[in-house]
Amino acid sequence: MADEVRVSINSEYDIVTARLKGRDLAAKLGFSSTELVVIATAISEIARNIVQYAKHGEISMSIIQQGSRSGIIITARDKGPGIPNINLAMQDGYSTGGGLGLGLPGAKRLMDEFEVTSKVGSGTTVTMKKWLR
Amino acid sequence: MLVPILKQGDYLIASVQSELSDEDLLKLRDELVKRVGELRSRGVIIDVTALYVMDSFATRTLRAIAHMIRLRGAETIIVGIQPEVAFTMVQLGLKLEGVMTALDLEEGLAYLQTLHTSKRR
Ligand SMILES: Nc1ncnc2c1ncn2[C@@H]1O[C@H](COP(=O)(O)OP(=O)(O)OP(=O)(O)O)[C@@H](O)[C@H]1O
Ligand SMILES: [Mg+2]
Repeated sequence: MADEVRVSINSEYDIVTARLKGRDLAAKLGFSSTELVVIATAISEIARNIVQYAKHGEISMSIIQQGSRSGIIITARDKGPGIPNINLAMQDGYSTGGGLGLGLPGAKRLMDEFEVTSKVGSGTTVTMKKWLR
Repeated sequence: MLVPILKQGDYLIASVQSELSDEDLLKLRDELVKRVGELRSRGVIIDVTALYVMDSFATRTLRAIAHMIRLRGAETIIVGIQPEVAFTMVQLGLKLEGVMTALDLEEGLAYLQTLHTSKRR
């Protein structure tokens, strides 16, 4: 696929790299300055979750085309411990790591589409999309 | 140090210059809490004009900084939150509860001054 950007996530520094690369890709597509901040912030949240809960993972970002609309798709994958109860993890304020528990539900609010799949013991995948208006 | 801290009279001004990693934010916290005591500062301004992403970790850390500095007897004002960043914080559900904010450095300094003149009365 053209325009695919991959960032391997192994430390907190990769969080900054991932959000900058995501912002650059989204800027190429013509998102507004507010949407660029929105996208970069959502990436920051899911990248931090990888560092915090799974230690290692990867974020891939690409431009997608669906009919007449285009957008950005961001996929974060890790082989960490997984999330036992996704519904619970998606609730505002739920955190097992002493956080605000806003990363997942907040990123969902920021993006147009948001999906978490996870299996305990084998890892978590978060997929999110934002469409160009 | 990604965040230079300048002393201006009774106040400390920390100006964020670029995107900050989690570690940079924690360093800023430790440095400010230390210097407030050393320099006997009465107020701290953190200028985040250059901050592009204010996520849950950054918000939590700024809130912690403001509370720690209050425990050290000084006040903190966060200035320069950009409109795009403010929009994103609200959507994400992030609140800077209990933390004073001002539009920019100038407003922040004026705010600290009014706080201290009213305290002296
Ligand atoms: N990649 C992941 N692997 C395993 N568990 C995860 C992962 N991402 C999230 N979780 C779980 O879901 C919970 C909620 O995540 P969320 O990002 O919403 O909040 P948080 O990380 O705890 O706090 P915040 O993001 O506000 O600092 C986490 O506490 C953790 O238990
Ligand atoms: Mg999180």
